[in-house]
Amino acid sequence: MKIDFEHVQAAHCENGVTKNLLRFNGVDQITEPLAFGIGSGLFFIYIPLLKINNGPAFAFRTMPGNIFKRTCKSLGIPVVRKKFSSREKAEKFLEERLAEGKPVGCQVGVYYLSYFPKEYRFHFNAHNLVVFGREDDNYLISDPVMETTTSLSKYELERVRFAKGALAPRGQLYYPKSNVSVSREQIQSGIKTGIRRNIRDMLYIPGNFAGVNGIKFTGKKITKWRDKLGEQKAGMYLAQLVRMQEEIGTGGGGFRFIYGAFLQEAHAFIPNDKLLEISTQFTKAGDLWRSAAVQAAGIYKGRLQTQEDFNDMGEFLFQIADLEKQAFTALSKIKWQ
Amino acid sequence: MEKKNVPQDFSKLENFTREVCYAVDENGNYVTELSTGWDVKTTALDVAWSDIEARVNEARKQVLEGKASPVLFFMELRLMDIGIVAAYTGFWKWSIKRHMTATGFKKLSEKKLKKYAEAFNVTVDELKTMQVHEN
Repeated sequence: MKIDFEHVQAAHCENGVTKNLLRFNGVDQITEPLAFGIGSGLFFIYIPLLKINNGPAFAFRTMPGNIFKRTCKSLGIPVVRKKFSSREKAEKFLEERLAEGKPVGCQVGVYYLSYFPKEYRFHFNAHNLVVFGREDDNYLISDPVMETTTSLSKYELERVRFAKGALAPRGQLYYPKSNVSVSREQIQSGIKTGIRRNIRDMLYIPGNFAGVNGIKFTGKKITKWRDKLGEQKAGMYLAQLVRMQEEIGTGGGGFRFIYGAFLQEAHAFIPNDKLLEISTQFTKAGDLWRSAAVQAAGIYKGRLQTQEDFNDMGEFLFQIADLEKQAFTALSKIKWQ
Repeated sequence: MEKKNVPQDFSKLENFTREVCYAVDENGNYVTELSTGWDVKTTALDVAWSDIEARVNEARKQVLEGKASPVLFFMELRLMDIGIVAAYTGFWKWSIKRHMTATGFKKLSEKKLKKYAEAFNVTVDELKTMQVHEN
C-alpha cells in the first residue's frame, strides 16, 4: 500500500508538511514560503522561566500547529485533526486513511526518530511528517527536512506518535478533508490576512517577552548574562539561542529569509512593489541574525570573553529589533486594493 | 544571505541529509540551496552536548558516592528533566525526587523499577547497575 505522494524537501517541517499535503489535495500554487507567510509563521519569543534542555526557551516561529491550521483556514480548506487516547485506535485510524489513499500528517517526538542522527534527537515533540503508505511492517515516511523519503517500523512510529512531555503529540494526525482548488483571489486574501496577523504578533503583542519588543528585551538580558551566569553558562545560553535560530528547519537567519522569500512570492499575486522593498529588509534582518550568531559563537568558543563582547552581542539584537520594527511598520502601511 | 555564501561546513547531518536554506541569487531573487552545515551552529550543538556529558558524568559520580540514585543518572543520560520523567512513568514529580536519592531508590518496588526501566529504555538490571546501551 503506497500512495503516489510527491516528497519535496523543505526547510521547516510544518511548512513542508503543509505544502506537500496541500499540493496532493489539489492546491497547486502553494509553496513553502507561501505556507509560512499565509500561516503568519514569523515570530520571536523568549521565556526566561521556561527551561528547555537546561537552557532558556527561545522561539523564532509561531506555535506548532498554527501554520497548517491558519493556512488551511485562510484558503478555505476543511481540515480533519484528531488526537487519540488509545494507541490501537490511533493506528487503526491511520491505516484506514492510507487504505482510502489519503496521506496523513502526524505530529511526532524527535527523541526516538531513528532516521535522525543521535546528536539531533532531543525531547522535542512538535515535529511533523507525512505517512504515505505501508510496506509490510514499515510505514513510508515523508519527513520534509530529509532529502529523501524514509520509513519507520510500526513500533517506531507508534513510539514517536506517543512521545511524552511538553507538547505531547498524543497520536495527533491531520489532513485536508477533501480535494480542493484554490483561486488566485483566495491566495491574495490569504496573503493579506497572513501579513496582517504577523504584524499584530510582532508589533502589538502585549508584554515584553515576544515580538520585536522580545528581541530588544533579550538583547538587554544578554548584556547582563556574563555577570549573572558566568562565562560558561552564558555561553551555553547563547549556543541555545543560535540553535533555535539556525538549526535544521529555519531556512537560516531564524526564518527571516523564508519570510523574505514569502514577500517576493506574494508580489506575484499582489503586484505592489513595496513588498519587494520590504523583502530586502527581511533579508537584512536575517543577515544580522547570522552576524549575531557569529558573535555568539565567538563567545561560546571562548574566543570573546569580555563584557564588551556581551554588549556587542546585545547591540546586534537592538539593531535587529529596530530593523524588524521598521519592516513590519512598512508592511502595516501598505494600502491593499 | 547570498546563495554563494550558503555555508558548506561539516556537520553531524553528514550521511543523513543536507538541509534547505533560503538565499538570494545574483539578481536578488530568493532561491533555495542545500547546505551541509555551518560551523557556527555545529559548535553550538557541541556546546549543548558537552554540557550534557558533564551532567551525566556528575550524576554518575553522585550515584557512586551514594548521594543519588540511578534515576538521576538515566534522567540526564536520556536528556530528560523531571517533567519528562513524570510524563513517561506517571509518577508525581515529588516522588521522583525521592526516588532520586539512594535510600528512596532502595525502597522501590519491582513494579516501579520496571516503570523507570521502560521510561529510560533499559532493563531493570541495567537500571540498577547504570549500564548503558545504545539504541
